[in-house]
Formats: sequence, C-alpha cells, structure tokens
Amino acid sequence: MKNVLILVSKRCATSLVTIFFISVIIFVGVELLPGDVAETVLGQSATPETVEAFRKELKLDLPPHIRYGTWLNDFVQGDFGTSLANGRPVADLIGWRFGNTMFLALVTSVIAIPLAIFLGMLAAFYRNTFFDKLISTTTLSFISFPEFFIAYILIALFSVQFNIFPSLAIIDKNMGFFAKIYAILLPSLTLTCVVTAHMMRQTRAAIINVLASAYIEMAEIKGVKRLRVIIHHAFPNALSPVINVIAVNLAYLIVGVVIVEVVFVYPGLGQLLVDSVAKRDLPVVQASGLIFSIVFIFLNLAADILSMLSNPRLRQSEI
Amino acid sequence: MLKLLRQAPLSARIGMGIVSLNILVALFAPLIAPYEETSLVGDVWEAFSSQFFLGTDHIGRDLFTRMVFGARNTIALAFITTFLSFLFGSSLGFIAAVKGGWTDQVLSRLIDVIMAFPTLIFALMILSVMGSSIPTLIFTIALLDSTRVYRLSRAVAMDIEVMEFVEAARLRGEGLWWIIRHEILPNAMPPLMAEFGLRFCFVFLFIASLSFLGLGLQPPLADWGGMVRENAGAITFGIYTPLIPAGAIALLTVGVNLIVDWFLHLSSGLHE
Repeated sequence: MKNVLILVSKRCATSLVTIFFISVIIFVGVELLPGDVAETVLGQSATPETVEAFRKELKLDLPPHIRYGTWLNDFVQGDFGTSLANGRPVADLIGWRFGNTMFLALVTSVIAIPLAIFLGMLAAFYRNTFFDKLISTTTLSFISFPEFFIAYILIALFSVQFNIFPSLAIIDKNMGFFAKIYAILLPSLTLTCVVTAHMMRQTRAAIINVLASAYIEMAEIKGVKRLRVIIHHAFPNALSPVINVIAVNLAYLIVGVVIVEVVFVYPGLGQLLVDSVAKRDLPVVQASGLIFSIVFIFLNLAADILSMLSNPRLRQSEI
Repeated sequence: MLKLLRQAPLSARIGMGIVSLNILVALFAPLIAPYEETSLVGDVWEAFSSQFFLGTDHIGRDLFTRMVFGARNTIALAFITTFLSFLFGSSLGFIAAVKGGWTDQVLSRLIDVIMAFPTLIFALMILSVMGSSIPTLIFTIALLDSTRVYRLSRAVAMDIEVMEFVEAARLRGEGLWWIIRHEILPNAMPPLMAEFGLRFCFVFLFIASLSFLGLGLQPPLADWGGMVRENAGAITFGIYTPLIPAGAIALLTVGVNLIVDWFLHLSSGLHE
C-alpha cells in the first residue's frame, strides 16, 4: 500500500507542476501580444494620456513577474479581474456559465457511461459477429464526423421534422430541473454520440484484451461457468482500463462541449470562451482557458490515480 | 503496387474513391465550378435546380461553387498543416531518440506540458492573442499537433535506434543527420505513413471546427466549416443547406480512415 501512496503523490505533484506551467504559459501568451493590451483595446484613435491611464488601471506599468504573482494570487481567491468588453467582473460572467457547462457534461455522462460500457461489453462478448461489426462501423463513423454534423442531423430530425425538442438550448436561472433537462436534451445527445463512440471502442478493446489472457482460458478449461469467469476472473482486471477510459473521455467531453454549446447557443463556459476570443477580451479568455485546463488535467489525474488503485499489479510493483 | 491496389478490400476501395474524388475537385476547382467563388448569383437559400445544383447560400452565392472552392481551401490548408506538423514532430522525435540524455529529457517534458493542455483551448488562446490569419492558423495547429507526432516518432525511433545497423553506423562515425536520414527514417516510414492519415483527419476536423467557431479561414474565402456556420440559420426553416458542407467533411474523414485502416492491417502483417 505504501508504494501506491508514493506513486499517487508523485502523480499529483506532476499535475500541480503542469498546472503551474500552464498558468505561466497563459500569462506569458497574453504578454506577447503585439503592442499591448491597452493599445489594442482603446484602438488607434486613443491619445497617449488615455493609454497611459488605462495602463495604470490594468497595472501594466509593473514588471511582469509581479503582475503574474498578483494575477495568480487573485485567481486562486476567485477574483478573475474585469472583462474588457463590458467592465463586469469576470467571476460573475463565469460562475453561472461554468455551472451550466458542468450540468451539460454531467447529464451527458449519466447517459453515456452506462450505455458505452454496456455496448462495449456486448461487442466484446459477441466479437466478430454481425452485431459487433454493426456497432463498430457505427461508432467509427461517429468518430469521423465533426460534432456539428451530428448536432445538425439531430436538429434536422428532432426539432425540424418531428418538432419534439427545441433546436436552441436556452435556459435561465429560474427554470426547474426537468425543464432544464428537456432544454439540453439535444446537446447532450450529440455529445453522447461522440463520447459513447470513443468509450465503447476502448471498453471493447480492454475487455477483449483481458478475455484473451491465459488465466481466462485456464478458468474456462477448468470448467468454471461462463458467468463466474466474467465476474470473478475477467471483471477485476478489466476494471482498471475501463475506469481509465471513462475518465479520459470525460476530459474529452469537457473540451468537446465548446462546439456543441456554440451550435445550440447554450450559455456555457465554452460559448463564453469563443465569444471572448472573437472580441479579444483577454481577462475572460485567460480565466476560462485556465479553468478548462485545470478541469482537463484534474480528470486525467483522476484517470491515472483510479487505474493505479484498481490495478492489483501496480499496487505491488516497485517503481 | 498495382497488384496491391487490386487486392484492396471493398472498404479501402471506397475510401480511395472518396479521397481521389476530393483531390480531383480540389485540383481542378476553377474548371469545375460554374460561377466565381465570391460572386452573388441568385436569391437567398434557393432550392436545388439545374441552374444551382445545390441551391444557394445565405447571401445568394452558388453553393456548389462554394463547395468546390471550399474543397480546395480546406484540404490544402489541412494538408500543409499536417505536413508541417510531421516536419517538426518527427525531426524532434528522431533527434530526441538518437541523442537521448538531456536533449530527450528537456524536449519530452516540454511536450508533456503542451499535451496536458486541451488542444482546442490552447488554439483558442493563441488565436485570441495573435488574431486569426492563415499563417497563424497553420503554425498554431501544426505546433499543437506535432506533439502527438513527436511521441510516436520518438517511440518508433527508440526501437530502431538499438538495432545493430545503427550501432554500426555510429561506429563508422556517421553524424546525427546521416543516421536519421539513412537508418531511422526508412525504417520508421510505415507507422508514420498510417499516422499521417490519422493526423490529417484530426487536423482537417480541427480546422473545420475552428472555422465553424468563426476563428478559422475568414470570409469571403470558401471553407466547409465556415459554410456550415454561415448557413446554420437555414436549418430552423427546414432548409438543409448546412448539412451539405458538414456531410462533405464527414465523408472525407471517413474515406481517409478507411484507407488508414487497410494500411494498418497491411503493415501489421495480418492477412486473412
């Protein structure tokens, strides 16, 4: 057990270092802006005095490392600065939207994870049959399709042809839980298609990998019943790769959300990020970029830690 | 080579058909297109007709013409980007594998950090700082994508690097570049070729996504992702115009994937 603790803490330390580097990259990236933020925002018609005053206000007259320190310190305390576009605090803009993005991701994973594991296991047990090939071809094409293609097909089908779901996922703060679910059903279905395809293929591969190993064959030859082989022999060893697959795909989901949010005009963090990039509203871009990256890294970290904990071989090995 | 093509399974043939059709359209775009890329020729969102094969777009340009020129712009951009990504990624990967030691450590850690960033978010941040222009777009995506190529080519080169013939070349006193060009590269070719197809798909979808978000190729240049965005409003009126460019993107990606699958099958030495 001691080894696992060391492994896990090493992995956590790596993630912290990565997050630190990423915050530096995000900060320096904005520093590299040709000209400077004040000039870009105020435009060419601004007088030197206005630019100077604005620079003071943004604290651009201080040296970079001090500004980085202040920025990071403020960020950790939840103060993300003020938006250049409308002067509102970035934290106010982000808070609600981040919740919406998480809600969409959560609903999607509640649908997608059981579905993917179920389909993956079925495909693995009935491998090389017609059923397996059908599922494999379908998922392969879902992977090749851009997210917006799936999204528009679903809109064309469900909101234009049959008119059962809204084509825009508009929600507001006063909506009830089920009204919200109804509003985001199409976007989460789109994401489900994409994520399930990846997850199901990897689950299938992981389970086939386990089923092909010698101890499963041994158990079968010994005359152990098929169900018992699956539950007692195959499942514990397939758990680690499958958990890993889920966490990695959740990380993918967080990023895939951006395009789907734009298609359905869903008020999430991804849409805010895209809007701010177009407006070059840098404080918002910095904050939402960093939040996305932290969630992404955290989920990858969770994937690694869970697969370490659920893998009996890794628990004992000395690395 | 011809014999190999004749033996190709149906799926690979379909893939080759799709890809060559796209390449032909991209190459001969001005000859195929009935109108100019940016000229207004009809009403907004006109239906399919003999005058406009695929109808017209949101401001009355011929959609078929836009599709043809879009093929040219989108595919060329994705191809150049993938090529650059391989140039950066594989040379760095080979250098890291052959040199080892500190070079390898520094390069690999740096790439780990970049890979820890979600690609789309990283690209959005770079584009917000630099603004979206064609060179920025190409270099940003090539840089981000080369990290994946680096990982693969380093791993492949590591396996080749321990072979006796590389050792022999070293003892003969050959330099770094000679070893990479004459010993590593020819042996690393098959896995890299398959990876090129996969990376092309990824880059192609990525550029399409960025264009769809309005941050890729800028109008009035025709581009499939951007065309989906421009015509998106039509779908609520029951006009399926945005599905045409989106479908074209999906079709080409499926085509390339089918070829890559066949290629992987061939180079893995599995035969039915």
